[in-house]
Amino acid sequence: MGSTNSTLLKIPNVEVLMQETGFSPAHIIRLHDRFKALDKEGRGYLCPQDFGAIKELAMNPIGDRIIGAFFSPGKETVDFHTFVKILAHFRPVDKDRPKEPNSLEPINSRSNKLKFAFQLYDQDKDGKISRDELLKVLRAMLGMQVTEEQLESIADRTIQEADLDRDDAISFEEFRKSLEKVNIDHKMSIRFLR
Amino acid sequence: MEGVWEITFLLVQVWLSIVVGLIMLPAMFGVSLGFTDIYIKVLVKTLEWATLRIQRGQKEQTTLPSQLANGIIEKDDGSMEEEIGELRRSHPKNLAGGDFTLCDAFYFCKKGIENIVEDQVTQRFTSEELASWNLLTRTNNNFRYISVRLTVIWGLGVFIRYCILLPLRITLAFIGLSWLVIGTTLVGLLPSSNAKNWLSDLVHITCYRICARGLSATIHYHNKENRPKKGGICVANHTSPIDIVILANDGCYAMVGQVHGGLMGVIQRSMVRSCPHVWFERSEMKDRHAVAKRLKDYIADKTKLPILIFPEGTCINNTSVMMFKKGSFEIGGTIYPVAIKYDPQFGDAFWNSAKYNMVSYLLRMMTSWAIVCNVWYLPPMTRQDGEDAVQFANRVKSAIAHQGGLVDLSWDGGLKREKVKESFKEEQQKMYSSMIVGSDFHEASVGPA
Repeated sequence: MGSTNSTLLKIPNVEVLMQETGFSPAHIIRLHDRFKALDKEGRGYLCPQDFGAIKELAMNPIGDRIIGAFFSPGKETVDFHTFVKILAHFRPVDKDRPKEPNSLEPINSRSNKLKFAFQLYDQDKDGKISRDELLKVLRAMLGMQVTEEQLESIADRTIQEADLDRDDAISFEEFRKSLEKVNIDHKMSIRFLR
Repeated sequence: MEGVWEITFLLVQVWLSIVVGLIMLPAMFGVSLGFTDIYIKVLVKTLEWATLRIQRGQKEQTTLPSQLANGIIEKDDGSMEEEIGELRRSHPKNLAGGDFTLCDAFYFCKKGIENIVEDQVTQRFTSEELASWNLLTRTNNNFRYISVRLTVIWGLGVFIRYCILLPLRITLAFIGLSWLVIGTTLVGLLPSSNAKNWLSDLVHITCYRICARGLSATIHYHNKENRPKKGGICVANHTSPIDIVILANDGCYAMVGQVHGGLMGVIQRSMVRSCPHVWFERSEMKDRHAVAKRLKDYIADKTKLPILIFPEGTCINNTSVMMFKKGSFEIGGTIYPVAIKYDPQFGDAFWNSAKYNMVSYLLRMMTSWAIVCNVWYLPPMTRQDGEDAVQFANRVKSAIAHQGGLVDLSWDGGLKREKVKESFKEEQQKMYSSMIVGSDFHEASVGPA
């Protein structure tokens, strides 16, 4: 509980942030509290170890990749703005958004959510999920529980199903097409209780 | 100059006689003069008034919802199988080569992001957030100036706490601890006899009672018929070192712990003269079998006082109970579970050892309004046939959590300082892989690997 104004004022450029991400003031404050809690040494930014300290994330098979999604290539720190922008991908889709032709696509659109997930697979960011990258993700999710052969057969079958232009890799369009029936809004969204 | 000394001397005498007469002596005999009750009543009324003022003051602006005990984000409660199953509903099932689909990663991704926004473990190691301010600066996270009256009351509170209550409490604590050291040393000189045990109990209880007054502690004991008996093991959830004072006010226990140096060491050594406590050297602590053996030998003697053990191994913030270490549950004997729940309105008892050392923690305790807590004695439990130590520990933990209204978590309190073990990740991988390749396929592949 407390006044919204005094806390919001402490965050620089908070108006821009709210506009870009669509979070309400209450959500921004919650996220700011969380950011501060994770930033144990009060440095104003987070580094990969701060994320690694979250126990439940540490046991997530693709935890490292999720953490990596917060850090742009070459950067080793995440400030609050970037933190919120990344999390904005998981805001539920706004159903009543007016469709203006010139407005930028919101961060939490279905397409951007898919792009986020695609990025978890496509680590070298070349726009395609190669067979190697797919194998790496499978290995991360399955650990030592399956053999190399099983892994390869799963990867082969997945590429076979999704790869439409037969280039032995899954492009973003092919990724999107293969998941067109999945309820992305529900499965890639996090709802704040209030 | 001499006049000043005389006056000071007189004041000190008056002060001490008030303290001794009105607080210490009644405390020793377990009698309450009712001051604390009146104090608590006045305090409750004041805090209620303050809460109303704050709420009224906040109605004008957009208010933030208070931190909900259930969390700030909606979490799907489904298991991994249910969630991934839902994800795949759109896909035709392909039996050859395993059941993987590209959208499986969504499940892990969403879980990961949920945990980044809020996780169950990190919040247990910081103080509980209050729904409304209790006029202590330290809990003032987001509260701002509401009215002159409120600020005046707060200022008055600061004065009362720091200038009146704090010296009083420090005096009492000092008297209590010196009495413990001197008393137990004297009793230790006597030969072993029933009289010695009785005197030792008396010394211990009176000292703890004085210390409890030194913290303005109001303790409500429930179900006293289940109080731990001799030869048993008392097990409780751990929030702070004060737990010992709280429990020892209503019974005599043998303490278990590490040998410390300094003041603690002096207290430990004198305590052990009058009745047997179990103090371990640091080197002994590492050898689990040696520890277990000593404890077993101790409880084999049914005439000895019940041991007091905190199986969580570390201080948790009193909103949850974390994993109980199985060591205490392997040595046999009857377990007497006790649930301790502090009322955070009057003062936060949680010791965040990363943030505060012992001295600053005690100062914070002594400058809070009061320590109000409830202690529930639960019916004794023993290990049943076919139950191993871990299951027994979890059963006891659930009982304690249920009684105290705390969340029952299976996370290890040691995570406060350590990293998560790889085995947790492996479990997740195992669960997922059994969905992908199915259990038959899985068994066939588990060979000499």
